[in-house]
Amino acid sequence: MDTLPARPATDPGYNFGYLDEQTKRMIRRALLKAVAIPGYQVPFGSREMPLPYGWGTGGIQITASIIGPADTLKVIDQGADDTTNAVSIRRFFARVAGVATTERTAVATIIQTRHRIPERPLSAGQILVYQVPQPEPLRQLEPREAEARKMHALADYGLMHVKLYEDIARFGRIATSYNYPVMVNGRYLMAPSPIPAFDNPKMHRMAALQLFGAGREKRIYAVPPHTEVQSLDFDDHPFKVWRADRCCDLCGAPDSYLDEVVTDDKGGRMFVCSDTDHCAERRGAGHRGPLAGHALQEIAEGKS
Amino acid sequence: MSAAEPILSVRGLSRRFGAIAAVREVSFDLWPGEVMGVVGESGSGKTTLLHLVSGSLRPDAGTVLFRDRQGAMQDIQAMSEPARRMLARTDWGIVHQNPRDGLRMNVSAGANVGERLMAVGARHYGNIRGAAEDWLARVEMDLGRIDDLPRTFSGGMQQRLQIARTLVTHPRLVFMDEPTGGLDVSVQARLLDLIRNLVAVLGLSAIIVTHDLAVTRLLAHRLMVMQRGQVVETGLTDQVLDDPQHPYTQLLVSSVLAA
Repeated sequence: MDTLPARPATDPGYNFGYLDEQTKRMIRRALLKAVAIPGYQVPFGSREMPLPYGWGTGGIQITASIIGPADTLKVIDQGADDTTNAVSIRRFFARVAGVATTERTAVATIIQTRHRIPERPLSAGQILVYQVPQPEPLRQLEPREAEARKMHALADYGLMHVKLYEDIARFGRIATSYNYPVMVNGRYLMAPSPIPAFDNPKMHRMAALQLFGAGREKRIYAVPPHTEVQSLDFDDHPFKVWRADRCCDLCGAPDSYLDEVVTDDKGGRMFVCSDTDHCAERRGAGHRGPLAGHALQEIAEGKS
Repeated sequence: MSAAEPILSVRGLSRRFGAIAAVREVSFDLWPGEVMGVVGESGSGKTTLLHLVSGSLRPDAGTVLFRDRQGAMQDIQAMSEPARRMLARTDWGIVHQNPRDGLRMNVSAGANVGERLMAVGARHYGNIRGAAEDWLARVEMDLGRIDDLPRTFSGGMQQRLQIARTLVTHPRLVFMDEPTGGLDVSVQARLLDLIRNLVAVLGLSAIIVTHDLAVTRLLAHRLMVMQRGQVVETGLTDQVLDDPQHPYTQLLVSSVLAA
């Protein structure tokens, strides 16, 4: 883990942040409009990026447009800092913008994320950039784009509750566990990107600015700091977060979002924090989970 | 609101599709609790008239006035889109000829009935479910199938589901486009019986478009005969069917096969 921000030299073959200045201005204009109308999807001229759609082309364009030389960038993928996608995007910006990168949530000024919000509460001045595959929360229910936009314009969102009704009728509870629809500022229905419903309450009145970029769908939307974000629900089936009923096997955290990891072919499994930085920080502070220490050491050494 | 005041007032309604005059200068009034049948051959403008009156199509000329719950006459064309949508889900109901046009085929029967309630702001699952069960029972459907998808239903059941879904918000005016089209005779008979009962019990006003004269004899109080976009004859149902005046109506009545 790199703790001290290193500042690599910028590749002189690229404009600062990869995108040309006109493109960055265009995206910033879309961002300003998005911040002015919380939750509203602003169309923008999404560019081809040197990575495939679905790998974060929307998020990377937003990051490229807002990043400055003094920023410190953190990239997370499913909560982890060390997966391929996170590592390569971090390396990309180190090369084309020469910015410092970090894995620590606390020191990052810009955090580009896929599928998670960090466990540590974000503070004012930080910016969270989400990679969004499908910005339209009504897409599965209303395939006509024109009609879906009209529904947004008229705040005509009864249809979304039909989906939740179906969940309860079939499973006895609202079984939507990720990309759980939210109302932003009491006006726009918004897809929070495929973050677990566990993370939804963190969006409510978050101190940091939240920006959402969908590259393939060419949409940008935003939630300004301290904005109301409410998860949809029924009066008699209120919104509930779901997490594995365990503590982290490495750091012992009883309240973080957990990944289930299969450890062998005999039914062995362990639960670990999906947020690797949070987990490492807790272990650094001396917290220990049931499988931390010798048990892990034994698995590593092939004794068990 | 007294029965002396029409719930719907249509004046000089016209609509052309290019060179074709689909509806020409149609005027009529509909009174509360009245069921009016619109008959005519295919292409005579019946369905276009229904679309014009229900606000889903804009007329080239003419006005449609609807009396709202407060008793004021509202011009459908002059209403804002949100107000018209609200009206279409509360005071109006539309039963389509093909239930696939009126139902959401990928959500369960209960959700189909509950959708209109949720669209007007119901947010209590238990109440929505209760209303759905109530209405499925009223259209004589098996409650055990409340969580099944409509595509697993027979044509007659789909049509009954569509009626339940339409009536759940207690509309005052219902538009029906060939409600029994495509169903076999015994299913038709049950459905007609059901519609007749519901219309009488709920005191609905309705406009029923059909080419089937037997349907109008059972359901409609008054009849409007259309030919090439124009109304050629109007009158009480029995009067029109038993003593047709216009040559086209005479042709229509005489061409019905006696079973």
